[in-house]
Amino acid sequence: MTKRLINTGIGVILTAVMLFPLYWMVNVSLTQPDRLRKDPPDLFPVNPTFAGYERVISDQLPYLLTSFVVGIGAVVLTIALSAPAAYALAQLRPRGRTVLNFVLLIAQMIPSIIMAMGFYLIFSTWGLLNTIPGMILADSTLAVPFGVLIFTAFMAGIPDELISAAKIDGAGAWRTFRSVVLPISRNSLVTVALFTFLWAWSDFIFASTINRGGDLQPITIGIYRYIGNNTQDWNAIMATAVVASIPAALLLIIAQRYVAAGVTAGAVKD
Amino acid sequence: MTTTPLDPRAGAGGGVSSRRRQRLTSQLVAWAFIAPVVLYLVFFYAYPLVRNLDLSFRDYTLASFITGNADWAGLNNYIAVLQDASFAPAILNTAVFTLGSILFQFAIGLALAVFFFRRFPLSGTLRALFLVPWLLPLLVSASIWSWMLNSESGIVNAGIQALGGPQINWLTSPQWALVSVLIANIWIGIPFNLVILYSGLQNISADVYEAASLDGANAWQTFWRITFPLLRPVSAITILLGLVYTLKVFDIIWIMTKGGPGDASTTLAIWSYRLGFGGGTPELSPAAAVGNLLIVIAFVFGLIYIRLQRRVDPS
Repeated sequence: MTKRLINTGIGVILTAVMLFPLYWMVNVSLTQPDRLRKDPPDLFPVNPTFAGYERVISDQLPYLLTSFVVGIGAVVLTIALSAPAAYALAQLRPRGRTVLNFVLLIAQMIPSIIMAMGFYLIFSTWGLLNTIPGMILADSTLAVPFGVLIFTAFMAGIPDELISAAKIDGAGAWRTFRSVVLPISRNSLVTVALFTFLWAWSDFIFASTINRGGDLQPITIGIYRYIGNNTQDWNAIMATAVVASIPAALLLIIAQRYVAAGVTAGAVKD
Repeated sequence: MTTTPLDPRAGAGGGVSSRRRQRLTSQLVAWAFIAPVVLYLVFFYAYPLVRNLDLSFRDYTLASFITGNADWAGLNNYIAVLQDASFAPAILNTAVFTLGSILFQFAIGLALAVFFFRRFPLSGTLRALFLVPWLLPLLVSASIWSWMLNSESGIVNAGIQALGGPQINWLTSPQWALVSVLIANIWIGIPFNLVILYSGLQNISADVYEAASLDGANAWQTFWRITFPLLRPVSAITILLGLVYTLKVFDIIWIMTKGGPGDASTTLAIWSYRLGFGGGTPELSPAAAVGNLLIVIAFVFGLIYIRLQRRVDPS
């Protein structure tokens, strides 16, 4: 028993070390701007200030809203594209599925900087630079292959009896997909939706290339501008960083097991 | 769709053709489900890549945006990139950054996975908390580390100086810039390694450990003789995925050092971005050439990964 408690003690210390940068972010976000340059820095927010957060609300709300809209759009697009395809790959045995699976694996490995350059050229002809639809399309490329792979892994495990029962009841492939397969796949839908939102929310490279000059910019660009414009203002930068981390925190609290499932499923199929 | 009994060909002689028709119909249905993703892959993966490839063989200037024309340049961009003074540092930094990240992420991740596998009170919660750095927007993590590593006001230097060490110019000196971005990237990658290796540990049968403890193996022997060898397939996949991901890393380095000072922390991804979007006149064609070099390296490791994964999991 004591040995197990010692392990807990070590575990708490390790976790504290690992999460120290997060504590530091919160600490700096609450520190009075004139104390930021103190040497050594304050370990605790003595006389905390919420001025940084007030700056976030006055400066960053439009950026947060853009990020939110783009994130939701990317989730909808990703699920609409990947769930039906995964159903077919998992249950309908289409010819050429091995090739498609291979292409999807490869697609995940393309560095975003290369995609960004391609999108920049294409979107400038299509008029999608600096637009929300352009951002949604670009950000969804971070998630669609992942979505298909996760859904396929999950839908392959749906018992055949359920599918054939639907068929005997006279349901076509689309009915079966909508009324049987999708409801059962709720867990994988949550996983894909959460990760897609998070990746779209966190995107910086697409935002900084195909959305350089637009009025509608996401929160990552909001922080980047703070850093670029005014390196003195770390209290406001860190307050924005705290706010930008909220979706990740929520995700972990609400959907812890989906998160671990998502990480693992991306790499090793159980 | 099934053939109705009224179908004149549904007799004894028509069985084969109706079955074939049925199979064709079900193939068509299956492909109707897949078609949107295939079109998507063509327009939003293949097409950007082709445009990027085309770009790297042309001399694309600002005027090209207006006219839509760019002169064919053949291999000139690639030759220019290979002869550029930034080429050698970029390759070297990419190698050091990637290998250094993988080595430490894997070693720390494995140690933590083995530790958390002991299952003590709170182990599940603490392990979940370890995931947080991986879920944060990279830009947020990079900003935090930028401030922590700040020369005058950073907490890291404050700690070092409290222990009697010197002030280190982490982000602004050529010998420390790459180390700084490495530290941040290792921190971000540990959770991923922890989770995958932990799931690998879960798949090792408890019987093996029981047999080892009956044979009187100590913890050290158990790790090196059982855990490590049995974990080898999962380790290989973790490392290769790590390679592919780390080659892509851009945000962290760009936010923390912009690849500087000079080329001190410039990797291929950073160099490509700097040429194309880093301010000044965009040199999109050389940027595309650098990007395509990066993609070739990523694909080599990617193909090894896919081969390994097939061998581990032949479904």
